[in-house]
Amino acid sequence: MNYKYQSPIKFKYVGKPMKRVDAIEKVTGSAKFVTDMFFPNMLYAAVKRSPIPHGLIKKIDISKAKALPGVRAIVTGKDVPYRQGIYLVDRPIITMDRVRYVGEPVAAVAADTLEIARQAVELIEVEYEELPVVQDPRESMKGEVLIHPDLANYERLPIYNIEPEKNVFHHHKTRKGDVEKGFKEADLIVEGDYSLPQIYHAPLEPHAAIAYWDLNGKLTVWSSAQSPFTLRNLIAYAFKIPRHKVRVIAPYVGGGFGGKAGINMEGIVIALAEKIKNRHIKLVYTREEDISAVVRQGMYAHIKTGVKKDGTIVAMEATLIFDGGAYAEYGTNVVRAAGYTLPGGYYVPNLKTDSYGVYTNHFLGGAFRGFGHGELHWATERNLDEVAQKLGMDPLELRLKNVLKPGLTNSMGQKIHHDTGDMEACLKKAAELIEYGKKSKPSGPRKVRGKGIAGLVKAPAMPTNAGSSVIIKFTEDATVTLQASIQEIGQGFNTAIIQMAADALHIPPDKIHFVTPNDTDLNPYEWQTVASRALWTVGNALYRAAEDALDQIKNIASQVLGVAPHNLEVEDDKVFVKYRPEIYLLLKDVVMGYTYPDGHAIGGPVIGRGSFVPEMLTNLDLETGQGNAAAEWTFGAEAAEVEIDFDTGEITIIQLVGVFDAGTIINPITAGGQVVGGMIQGMGPALFEGIKYDEKCNPLTVSFTDYKIPTIADIPEKIKYDFVETFEESSPFGAKGVGEHPMISVPPAIASAIYDALGINLRDLPLTPDKILKAIENKK
Amino acid sequence: MKIKFIVNNENVEVEVKPNETLLDVLREKLFLTGAKEGCGNGECGACTVILNGKPVNSCLVLAPEADGAVIETVEGLSKNNKLHPIQEAFIEATAFQCGFCTPGFIMSTKAMLEKIPNPSNEVIIERLSGNLCRCTGYAVIIDAVKLAAQKMGGAK
Repeated sequence: MNYKYQSPIKFKYVGKPMKRVDAIEKVTGSAKFVTDMFFPNMLYAAVKRSPIPHGLIKKIDISKAKALPGVRAIVTGKDVPYRQGIYLVDRPIITMDRVRYVGEPVAAVAADTLEIARQAVELIEVEYEELPVVQDPRESMKGEVLIHPDLANYERLPIYNIEPEKNVFHHHKTRKGDVEKGFKEADLIVEGDYSLPQIYHAPLEPHAAIAYWDLNGKLTVWSSAQSPFTLRNLIAYAFKIPRHKVRVIAPYVGGGFGGKAGINMEGIVIALAEKIKNRHIKLVYTREEDISAVVRQGMYAHIKTGVKKDGTIVAMEATLIFDGGAYAEYGTNVVRAAGYTLPGGYYVPNLKTDSYGVYTNHFLGGAFRGFGHGELHWATERNLDEVAQKLGMDPLELRLKNVLKPGLTNSMGQKIHHDTGDMEACLKKAAELIEYGKKSKPSGPRKVRGKGIAGLVKAPAMPTNAGSSVIIKFTEDATVTLQASIQEIGQGFNTAIIQMAADALHIPPDKIHFVTPNDTDLNPYEWQTVASRALWTVGNALYRAAEDALDQIKNIASQVLGVAPHNLEVEDDKVFVKYRPEIYLLLKDVVMGYTYPDGHAIGGPVIGRGSFVPEMLTNLDLETGQGNAAAEWTFGAEAAEVEIDFDTGEITIIQLVGVFDAGTIINPITAGGQVVGGMIQGMGPALFEGIKYDEKCNPLTVSFTDYKIPTIADIPEKIKYDFVETFEESSPFGAKGVGEHPMISVPPAIASAIYDALGINLRDLPLTPDKILKAIENKK
Repeated sequence: MKIKFIVNNENVEVEVKPNETLLDVLREKLFLTGAKEGCGNGECGACTVILNGKPVNSCLVLAPEADGAVIETVEGLSKNNKLHPIQEAFIEATAFQCGFCTPGFIMSTKAMLEKIPNPSNEVIIERLSGNLCRCTGYAVIIDAVKLAAQKMGGAK
């Protein structure tokens, strides 16, 4: 936006397929995750959980558990009467007076062994008074059962609208143009209802934390956290301790996908550590516990679109109702981000969106790869397909007609620029890769094939002041240790940052070491590893840190060589005079300060420092949703080819295609990894994933047997991807994220392909064979 | 009770409880933490080790069953400070992201390639369908297995 870099850096390492720096650790099993850490005299924790979905706690009797030999501490909500949460502080560490979902923590035990801790948990007796249950957020909005009677009293950021009498933790409004006038101008109006259930992140590593609180009052937490600094902040806030007394260390994280962003279960083990100081206490969730820890919100949407005969969209009215589950916390901003991004990458002059986050007695909905965008695109992209069908227009053509272009405004009134990103190019390239419009031959007589395409856009959803910082420290031989606090969660950031640093410093990657593990006591501040924001924000901070370090080097060399600093350049192991490379100093003789032959020295050890906040952002107007909530966007398009068996309703994905405009691709290997992995993760909720509850609100999907995720046997024959690289001028590297985007529009692309094959519109995820068979029946 | 087995060519003797799993013994008693517990129910394959030549979910093997067995874990793969060809192949194909499932995939691959040196796509898919990965989308893992087969002299 207002930072204009027009490729000032000559890329030597950026854009190259550099091998991942974490490779050897990860293939030898030596990469350490929290669960792999052991400390002498360590205690083990286990959690007592609610067996009912909604009720008041009448009595907790811990006497039998306490009497069990080997039990060292037991905590209940009374010991930690605090709430936590990044955006809305609604979530107790351990519930105090009522339970709101099956699996909610009501007590925790620390014991000499895990076995004893689990036995003790069984011995804790809890009496409940059951309350009526709400499962459907649309029902919940009637306010007949209040899930958070105290909602009005919870602390929250002022960017959220609560409606406590309706169980609504956020109501986002977009009001752009005049929607009534727009619909009057329309030749055709198409309305539809679309839904999707809650889904589970399913990282292979369940949530894990170890806490150690010493008698000096210093608390150290090792956590499988995406956001060590935000975790530090939220722990300190909840437990009312100064930030500098909290240290969070995050070793490798075994998959995050948003579920390990913010704070999750750390408070439980910290509460135990507060009781038994000077002992390490470890809590590792079981798979069943992990599924109850956080999920993606479910959603019910109603979309109404008005178009002219030629396909020009003139108005859209949308209602999104999110099943936020028992606590909103992080999910508050999911509801907001989906609300302000709708209608996605299209120009809609007259727009009215109401996005509601609503409490239910389901698992709590939090951040999930895509952050509301998989949800909103499911509804809008499906609706656009139906518009195209009614117009008799090709769905791709309809999209190309309405795509956001430079000069137009998005839903928030932000102007699109030439460097914002090019969804048109993504759509065209995706169509080309899948050979859109060309039917391929089915594999059998009772089978039929079809192709579909969908667009997508997402900007990082983050606070206006989400900061990043980077430190570059030179060593005696002019190699470099580089510190930034983006967490490696599989995405490959530890490799990408070295490539960017190499080009920013003009020294080769093998001379740069990226410091791990992430440690809030040792590393510079970073808001969070979320939102596909790291390449952009840290890229900016890194560039500033490199400039700072180079300035220091040039200043020292300038005094020695008698040449103005701006006439000096750094490359590999030398600092030299521009156009006179034969006049140089070795970097190693400069980076610790320069020592003259007589022994006197100048300068000092070079430490580059760079800080960044996205200075152009503002809060949105609460009544209109207008403002600058988004800093930069990654656009994309995804396409699918499916084959459907008429007799069984079974869908086989023949091809998946993804094309993304994420600006400069820093590393094609890791970017490709995000794309393929993300598309397969998007295939799961398209075809079979969804949390299920029985009529009493008991969860039915509590293991990998009940909750199936894609296996190696499910992947399509062909997966193709490509990039459009529009240089993003607000990044010195021209780069922005692509971590979340590949997951977003796989479901609507598949649904579009199903329509192409069968002439059937499915509106509710997942697209299971029974739904397809039923639709085939109904069509007859 | 005491059990004896060979793990990564070393004789070990450990005191175990009858209800303890092999995975717990490996991780918590021998500190061989390469094998991971992803589910504890034999559904994810992150705990895969090779027991008497066969890949097993070590979370489903009771420790006493391992008495007298020959066990290989990911820690035993690299020899003389050199990576095993399967490990090299996983690096070359970038067949990992977060790395939590990787040791399990590598051990399943090793067990497969020792029996079937030149597996077809179908065989690879069948043999690895018990290992879950949420990051990569699997395609690179298939590439890595084929590359490993080549490196080990299977594929021509």
